[in-house]
Amino acid sequence: MDKMPAWADVVLIPLISLLLAAILSAVVILAIGESPVEAFNLMVDGALMRSSGWGYTLYYATNFIFTGLAVAVAFHARMFNIGGEGQAMLGGLGVALACLYVPWPHWTLAMLGSTLGAAAFGAAWALIPAYLQARRGSHIVITTIMFNFIAAALLNYLLIGVLKPTGSMEPASAKFDPSFALPTFQQMFSSADAPLFRGAPANVSFFLALAACLFVWLLIWRSRLGYEIRAYGWSQTGAKYAGISGTRIIIISMLISGGLAGLMAVNTTQGEAERLILNSTEGAGFIGIAVALMGRNHPFGVLLAAILFGFLYQGGAELALWTNIPRELIVVIQALVILFTGALDNMVRMPLERIFLALRRKES
Amino acid sequence: MTDTAPAIELKGISKAFGPVQANKDISIRVMPGTIHGIIGENGAGKSTLMSILYGFYKADKGEVFINGTRTEIPDSQAAISAGIGMVFQHFKLVENFTVVENVILGAEDGFQLRPSIAKARKSLKQLAEEYELNVDPDAKIENLSVGHQQRVEILKALYRQADILILDEPTGVLTPAEADHLFRILDNLRNEGKTIILITHKLREIMEYTDTVSVMRRGEMTATVRTAETSTEELAELMVGRKVLLRVDKKPAQPKQVVLSVKDLRVTDSAGVERIKGVSFDIRAGEIYGIAGVAGNGQSELMEVLGGMQAGTGTITMNGEEIDLTGRYSDGQSRRARSIGHVPEDRQDEGLILDFTAWENMVFGYHRDPDWAAGPLMNNAGIVQEAEGKMQRFDVRPPNPHLTAKNFSGGNQQKIVLAREIERNPDLLLVGQPTRGVDIGAIEFIHQEIIRLRDEGKAILLVSVELDEIMSLSDRIAVMFDGRLMGERDPAEANERELGLLMAGISEEPDKPAWKAVDENLDAIEHGEAPKHG
Repeated sequence: MDKMPAWADVVLIPLISLLLAAILSAVVILAIGESPVEAFNLMVDGALMRSSGWGYTLYYATNFIFTGLAVAVAFHARMFNIGGEGQAMLGGLGVALACLYVPWPHWTLAMLGSTLGAAAFGAAWALIPAYLQARRGSHIVITTIMFNFIAAALLNYLLIGVLKPTGSMEPASAKFDPSFALPTFQQMFSSADAPLFRGAPANVSFFLALAACLFVWLLIWRSRLGYEIRAYGWSQTGAKYAGISGTRIIIISMLISGGLAGLMAVNTTQGEAERLILNSTEGAGFIGIAVALMGRNHPFGVLLAAILFGFLYQGGAELALWTNIPRELIVVIQALVILFTGALDNMVRMPLERIFLALRRKES
Repeated sequence: MTDTAPAIELKGISKAFGPVQANKDISIRVMPGTIHGIIGENGAGKSTLMSILYGFYKADKGEVFINGTRTEIPDSQAAISAGIGMVFQHFKLVENFTVVENVILGAEDGFQLRPSIAKARKSLKQLAEEYELNVDPDAKIENLSVGHQQRVEILKALYRQADILILDEPTGVLTPAEADHLFRILDNLRNEGKTIILITHKLREIMEYTDTVSVMRRGEMTATVRTAETSTEELAELMVGRKVLLRVDKKPAQPKQVVLSVKDLRVTDSAGVERIKGVSFDIRAGEIYGIAGVAGNGQSELMEVLGGMQAGTGTITMNGEEIDLTGRYSDGQSRRARSIGHVPEDRQDEGLILDFTAWENMVFGYHRDPDWAAGPLMNNAGIVQEAEGKMQRFDVRPPNPHLTAKNFSGGNQQKIVLAREIERNPDLLLVGQPTRGVDIGAIEFIHQEIIRLRDEGKAILLVSVELDEIMSLSDRIAVMFDGRLMGERDPAEANERELGLLMAGISEEPDKPAWKAVDENLDAIEHGEAPKHG
């Protein structure tokens, strides 16, 4: 018997968790002598009330959708992929190679090329830990997190040497051909008399992220492979009984996961920076863990959670810009949201379950 | 009757979980110094009732009297101080603690552990002598056999001065020898004036060991009778609510061509121990080949090799074609392609994905079948529809394909597995422990389905630790001991004693040392050592 209706599990619990995180954040802001109400207004105003704010919010959200989906897919096979950060960095390398060395005739083809490059490089970076887990039993959490550092070191090496244009003082690759630039929301949705999303980095890869959500939903809940991934995730002995190869599931699910994380680079590297820079991932790989956790590993949940975290990022930037609240405090607020929605899930869930049980008893 | 107060008296206990009435106005009296059985199908409310008595749940209505005084039991601590001890079906022991450490866990007195341990050691020694409850106090739990772990649970309760002992399905995990020893212990406890409540679904245990018995059905107490004044048939009827066929009704087998042929099969486990040491047998179409034996003598490995879950060496032919025992084509998918159906021994861990819905489970293992494909995706709507029909035909309750598998009772879970495997109409069906933890009404149904499949001319391999089940279903019986088959018997001629000897590793009945050897072997098994060969 289910203890709670499904809507309470999916909607009510995250909302209450968010509310608790917001209250605690308010206390912290109060403690450093700023007004929480004003801060909240500023965040909402900067992130949601203007189209340019949305342009930033959705730009960040695009990153988080990809990394959130990456964590979610792996998690269905009970693989905890903490390597989204490194896989996204390698994805950036894939995008850069595709855009620097191939003379694409049109941005659509360039985007196709960079999408394939990003997915392939991200997947390849996940393949090694996956192989080590499947064949050697090396724990995926340990290996993927180590691979984040290796990825960072590798990119350091490439960007101060091989990929750096001669004479440049900056650890970054050459600019991509301007004709490869992805259409931004500003170009796509503005008309002559009504400019929208002015200056915001959100671009066409947001729709790639939406397509990825649909792809993951079909994969996990509609395909045979997804059925096998979930079966393996729930019970390894059961999978063995059904003739589902654990090695195959680990490797395939990690390849898909790494590929999704890598796709983030289409947004950041081709869409925004238009060249490969150091630290282009900005921790989005780790935020993906929180996004997947909050989104209950469901693509739709991931989408909503990613937009929420996009709001927190953009709102946080606004706070740092207009108030004396230091940027570090934004990290505190984000951490509180992660703490309440992820780690302290049961703190909200258990009392709520009791309330629902009591209500049901009264009815009967 | 004596005029002493009953050790336990429950008056009008009711408990509901949401819309489900788990216990309805239940009253019982259990006199001190007796063994009282509570019997009922899965989901009848036995465990709920005992959980109320042990303080896990609070009753909505009703009163509890312990030794004549009204007692509130808000939590298990209160139950313990009221002298109630509980031995759960799944033991609650710390695996890497020693026996004595487990016994004092939660009952340590003082800051230092040493005096508590000394005290416990002394009292364990005393209890061991008094009740035949022998366990090495310094052995680690993980090194003990299941039977000994259960003794530790009983010792834990007695150490806490329990006068009333509740045992929940205590023999489910025990070998016959271990079960016999358990009942000797319970008998000793009764003679010392302790009160024992035995929850079980095994009618034989009720009939042999209890003084009084209560029957529960659908949350209600349908009867409380003296065991001496009732019969197995009557209890079964009270439990299920209708007449039950306890004997399996079947026509003689009509075996045809050989379907499965196993020659010199050997299996070595990952630790390098040889678990199957050269096994050969044939199964023909239209017969049930039963393999009896104490758990852990290689039956599980045999099922796993045949089901493609484990590699082996030797030759296995299926319908005349050799099947791979190692490598890529030695997995569950390839076996299913060869028309081998598999009802695994452990339905919760292997046969089902408990977090999948019933319809998802209905294609588990067959999910790559083109019948269920819709282009690159799965034809979910078609599978749901098919599952509905199968659930109807196998009387799975509730017949809702969207319910998660873990929400079905054990018997209904098993019916889902059977429906899936039998409806594929396999030439060979592997059936492991088909009725373990399954209630009596479902047992009857499951047995009938297996026999129906046989009568349709299919070959069936049955592995079970329930000797009764093997004897009543099989057309030929083999006994497995220490990785070998100890010869075949005709069920019409075999008797339980002879099979029991084979199960203990004695292949023929020599004149004198037979019983001694049996005892040694049983002892060895009980102590979790590798049994010696007779």
